[in-house]
Amino acid sequence: MRMGMNMGVNMGVNMGQSQANDFTGTGGEGDQFLTFILAGEEYGVDILRVQEIRGWTKTTSIPNAPHYLRGVINLRGTIVPIIDLRERFGMPSLEYGATTVVIVVRAQGLKRDRIMGIVVDAVSEVYSLRAADLQPPPDLGNVIDEQFLQGLATVDEKMVILLDIDRLLNAGALEAEQVLE
Amino acid sequence: MSIDISQFIQTFLEESFEGLDSMESLLLSLTSDDSESINAIFRAAHSIKGGAGTFGFSEVARFTHGVETLLDEARAGRRAVTTEMIALLLESVDCIHAMLEAARDGSPVDAARIATIGAAIEASLRTVDHVMLDSKTVDSKVLDTQLPEAAANSHAAAQGPHGWRIVFIPEQDVMRSGNDPLRLIAALRELGVLQVACNTSALPPFEDLNAEDCYLSWEMTLLGEVNREAILEIFEWVEGQCELIVEPLSASAEVVDEMVDEVPHGDNNSAQACPNQSLQASGSEPPSLSVSASASSSAKPAARNRADNGSIRVNTDKIDALINMVGELVITQSMLSQMGSHLQTGDINYCIEGLLEGLAQLERNTRELQENVMSIRMLPISFAFNRFPRMIHDLSASLGKQLKLKLSGEHTELDKNVLEKITDPLVHLVRNAVDHGIESPDVRLAAGKPAVGTVHLNAYHKGGNIVIEITDDGAGLNRQRILAKAVERRLIPAGQSITDEQIHDLIFAAGFSTAEVVSDVSGRGVGMDVVRKNIKALGGSVEVQSRDGLGSTFIIRLPLTLSIMDGQLIGVSGESYVIPLISIVESLQVREDSVKSVASRGMVYRLRDEYIPVLFLHELLGIRSPDTKQLTESLLVVVEADGQRAALVVDDLLGQQQVVIKALETNFKKVGGLSGATILGDGTVALILDVSGLISLSRQITGPARSIHPEENKAA
Repeated sequence: MRMGMNMGVNMGVNMGQSQANDFTGTGGEGDQFLTFILAGEEYGVDILRVQEIRGWTKTTSIPNAPHYLRGVINLRGTIVPIIDLRERFGMPSLEYGATTVVIVVRAQGLKRDRIMGIVVDAVSEVYSLRAADLQPPPDLGNVIDEQFLQGLATVDEKMVILLDIDRLLNAGALEAEQVLE
Repeated sequence: MSIDISQFIQTFLEESFEGLDSMESLLLSLTSDDSESINAIFRAAHSIKGGAGTFGFSEVARFTHGVETLLDEARAGRRAVTTEMIALLLESVDCIHAMLEAARDGSPVDAARIATIGAAIEASLRTVDHVMLDSKTVDSKVLDTQLPEAAANSHAAAQGPHGWRIVFIPEQDVMRSGNDPLRLIAALRELGVLQVACNTSALPPFEDLNAEDCYLSWEMTLLGEVNREAILEIFEWVEGQCELIVEPLSASAEVVDEMVDEVPHGDNNSAQACPNQSLQASGSEPPSLSVSASASSSAKPAARNRADNGSIRVNTDKIDALINMVGELVITQSMLSQMGSHLQTGDINYCIEGLLEGLAQLERNTRELQENVMSIRMLPISFAFNRFPRMIHDLSASLGKQLKLKLSGEHTELDKNVLEKITDPLVHLVRNAVDHGIESPDVRLAAGKPAVGTVHLNAYHKGGNIVIEITDDGAGLNRQRILAKAVERRLIPAGQSITDEQIHDLIFAAGFSTAEVVSDVSGRGVGMDVVRKNIKALGGSVEVQSRDGLGSTFIIRLPLTLSIMDGQLIGVSGESYVIPLISIVESLQVREDSVKSVASRGMVYRLRDEYIPVLFLHELLGIRSPDTKQLTESLLVVVEADGQRAALVVDDLLGQQQVVIKALETNFKKVGGLSGATILGDGTVALILDVSGLISLSRQITGPARSIHPEENKAA
């Protein structure tokens, strides 16, 4: 687990430097990414960060929270916040339906790790990607905050947008402000 | 085979602290002919000495030995128990406490004080020697010869030798456990200038040589200001797999000499066989002993870390009760599953009846189990009260006041966390009561009161809370002086009329002190606000009642535990929230004529003679759905926090229940107006409202303009 997370970080660093730098950590197969669909686009997150995938359940809303925070749920005794990624990225929101799923991920912060759920339209595939397959995100202007993107990859002629889950879930109003005692 | 004694150090320290506490309380109530108490004190000192010797706290052992000798003489009736002696013994209890704390935390110790007290004990041992028997004279000689030694040793330890001789003889299989001697030597090299000599004499002939075994041993000289712990830390991983000798370069010869000298005393004084010395002298000791010694000294930092986790002593009765209850739970569970399997085949009505019965039993089991599990963390408040006899004793000496302490309700139990955090505020309040409250004896006599002032500590349970009262029969709060001071500090405008309650509240303001002279006991004004803050942080409250000339009472109310609380479930716009029951004053139906608006925005509710601000919960919590009821159809929950009242508008009262508090910070962050969340019976999450947070939230949010009568609003 720990090794995997390090790889994720390494990959992020490597990308910017050199595309020829092959990633040999897992015998040439690279890292695995879980992809999901959001408004017809395919996004991916490092699979080692994914704790579980579950169906949508009703949340308890948190007062005075940003609109994309749907609320909190009880995940076997822990209180887990749920973030709507469509709302987060400013996409038109969708009625939650049968395929609406929540991906529970572990986000690493500066001070501690937190478990959070992200609401997506549907889960798609698991791909193995090597560092060489990744491209740095192009300048997209104001469409999406680039700091949340880890890179773009092409799989079977499809584009997969890889998200940096740590940055995404520690930015703005979601930032953990203090260390727990 | 060497036993790793370091695992018992924590236990030893705990027992020693307990022993010291009981020594202290016995000493405070000691009279000359109370042989039972003297025996008990002696026994406590004796076991501390023995333990300290075993675990290598040689300073503690030596010091305690003197105390023990003194007590032994008192026990045998050869020495009268005088107040001076008791004072000296109390001082030594403090010293031992400080030394053990230093051993646990690695904190510095007041060496000068310990030396002074040690010398005083020694001196008093020498004085009344006339009636002493011969055998005892020998004992005190032993002590005399020890003390200079101790001084010399500690001197050497403080300075640290300029080099170490390290003999490292690993066992053959050391490399199989992943340890590389080369790496250890490289680590040593980082500490200073290292000279290494390798001993290859154990190498077998080539045909017998196993490439994975280690046949080498090393003798090294490490030059530089290095302390022993640093060296032992490097060898921590090979503990038990090697023979290790670490000795100071220059002193090695002398130490061995001393050791030989001391060995004859060893039989009547276990404290002398301390591991540190045996380590130094291990040339003449069996190797296993030297290894276990290094284990104990290198384990000191580890023990320190463990101390933070804390441990708790639980009465075996409580554990037996728990085991019984778990047994019952298992029986209930098997009964329920039996009923469940009957459902498919048997008589449905019979099964339903059985299921309901089983569920009722399960509910009872669960409740009992919960109560008992909680009670494991419960400790009697005497753990906090026990320090006060000593404090009052010391204060009465330093302030020249005559004091009596009365304790009641010491067996009242509360959560260990709460207990630990309430001790400091209590100490502060008692100091205050003594310093500010109780007058000097002549003033008291002049006022027609007994010369001896009384401080009364009382604890009792009341409605899910624990109440602690600190009462003194002193002068009471000086209304005029507090008022003058408050005006001077501009806390209140001059000439304003002010109620007693408000005056009493002023003493909790930051930086407020009416003491004319700042003493070392109190008067700096940094106390009461901290006291109140700490108590609030525990979810409690503190108030003061005072009567002029008759004394004052501080009343602290605390929740029994921090992780479970009684909550009132309420409904607001379809969502459920929990209000801590402790902050609810009353709940009532809105009477239309009691609702008044202020500047068309703020609303107040007239409750008897008081106007209370009305807070609309759905606004404060930003609930979007507008299906809120009319104010007149809603209910008001009057809550109190920080001495302020507010009426919360809610749609429904849904019932009371105990809730387990879960932090929102774990996976999210702190949210204003909420103190946490809890999980309800149906598995959904309900948020717990933080009343004082809501009140401050309401100051930031200005509500929309509104009228009491919506119809008029529409018409206008």
